[in-house]
Amino acid sequence: MTTAALEVKGLRKTFGRLVALRGIDLSVAPGRVTAVVGPNAAGKSTLIKCVLGLVRPDAGRLTVLGQPVGRDPGYRHAVGYMPQTPRFPDNLTGREVLDLLADLRQDDADDDELLRRFHLDEQVLDKPVRTLSGGTRQKLNAVVALRHRSPLLVLDEPTASLDPMASGVLKDAIRAAAESGATVLLTSHVMAEVEELADDIVYLVEGSVRFHGTLDSLRLKTGEKKVERAIASLMREAA
Amino acid sequence: MSTAGRILAFGLQNQLRNRWIVGYGLLFALLTDALFRFGGSGPRVVVSLLNVVLLVIPLVSVVFGTLHLSNSREFIELLLAQPVSRGALYVGLYFGLALPLAAAFALGVAVPVLLHGGAGSAGLVTLLLSGCVLTFVFTSLAFVAGVHFDDRARGLGMALMVWFAATVLYDGLVLLLATLFADWPLEMPMLAASLLNPVDLARVLMLLSVDAAALMGYTGAVFEKFFGTGAGLALAGGALLTWTAVPFLLGLRGFARKDF
Repeated sequence: MTTAALEVKGLRKTFGRLVALRGIDLSVAPGRVTAVVGPNAAGKSTLIKCVLGLVRPDAGRLTVLGQPVGRDPGYRHAVGYMPQTPRFPDNLTGREVLDLLADLRQDDADDDELLRRFHLDEQVLDKPVRTLSGGTRQKLNAVVALRHRSPLLVLDEPTASLDPMASGVLKDAIRAAAESGATVLLTSHVMAEVEELADDIVYLVEGSVRFHGTLDSLRLKTGEKKVERAIASLMREAA
Repeated sequence: MSTAGRILAFGLQNQLRNRWIVGYGLLFALLTDALFRFGGSGPRVVVSLLNVVLLVIPLVSVVFGTLHLSNSREFIELLLAQPVSRGALYVGLYFGLALPLAAAFALGVAVPVLLHGGAGSAGLVTLLLSGCVLTFVFTSLAFVAGVHFDDRARGLGMALMVWFAATVLYDGLVLLLATLFADWPLEMPMLAASLLNPVDLARVLMLLSVDAAALMGYTGAVFEKFFGTGAGLALAGGALLTWTAVPFLLGLRGFARKDF
């Protein structure tokens, strides 16, 4: 049996009286693109933040490629993270941000290809980050996440605020990473994007996993061809 | 270089290009220069600066600290998603802000003092040290508030309350107590009160070292009377160091346990 890229067992988290995750079990096989979808406040962010170690679970265990998620930050060498709304220190340049993160990770970085395809040339990278547009910052954010060829990529709404061309470049890069063996965990509200990128779907409602399987098994289960319709039918079922 | 060192280096790099930090240093430079030009001698300039230091440094440190932490929130999350321990990140973030703030103040005061030939003034070193220590204390308090409250307005509000309590409110209360209980032996309660307030400790330290303790403030006089100058300096200095360490450790603990 191969080690799961991400293994979640009995994960629970409450914030005060709000129960965000009520006992999640999940096993994500390596090399697959898994989309985490669900209505607002379903626990998607909390789940992702638990994987990143940003949120400490009340109960349960997480392992990334067999390494426990806990106080030892070492497992995060295997994780590349792309947050939804990037904000970088105002007075640094894009190049300095990339260098800082590479320096902190001490992992090999190989970014020239992606920088070139995003048209992030020296002229752009030498400007202070605060002068860059939201889309350009989002491109930088994608490069930060992808450039270290991490075996697990966690992408939060990756194509939000990207123009169609940059969005296409990013989707190609995500597929290419998956084909070379990386596991991708992404959230998205755009079902067409989920359909295009994902192999598997995890459907969360009120902190529980309602469905976890391939896109085809989702279509089979709901009798809908389009993922958007299939998810909508799951939502109706849950309601 | 260690992880904390790398984060610190990036913080310094970021802050040295921050116009507010540079402006803060220039403000002290202009003020010090002006005090010399308006006929002050070295020691008098130091004592005049003292009051500014006691009010302005805590205020700027708490406001800067809470705003910096909340503005960096998303970037802190990104850094925490890297193989970086929370302790190292906190240490790097803290010194990456406290050191530039302290340096802006120290250089802002020291350069004009040297230019005007006031380097030998009594209390100058204590003034610089107290200002730096107050920067560290109130940056720590700001980080405690910023770590505790996710909402920027509440964090800033809390930090401002602490500043208000330690400067304005405290002086008023001490004065009130001294008048109300004028017939009672108040030395010990006053001493205890001043140990609880880093701003007052800095003032006592300052006045003891220029040997003017009795001139200003009730608690300063009590310190001198009870401990003499040497022991008073040691006690006030020790208490101030405790004030530096405790909020820093509280903030560190909160940061290590926080859900982002």
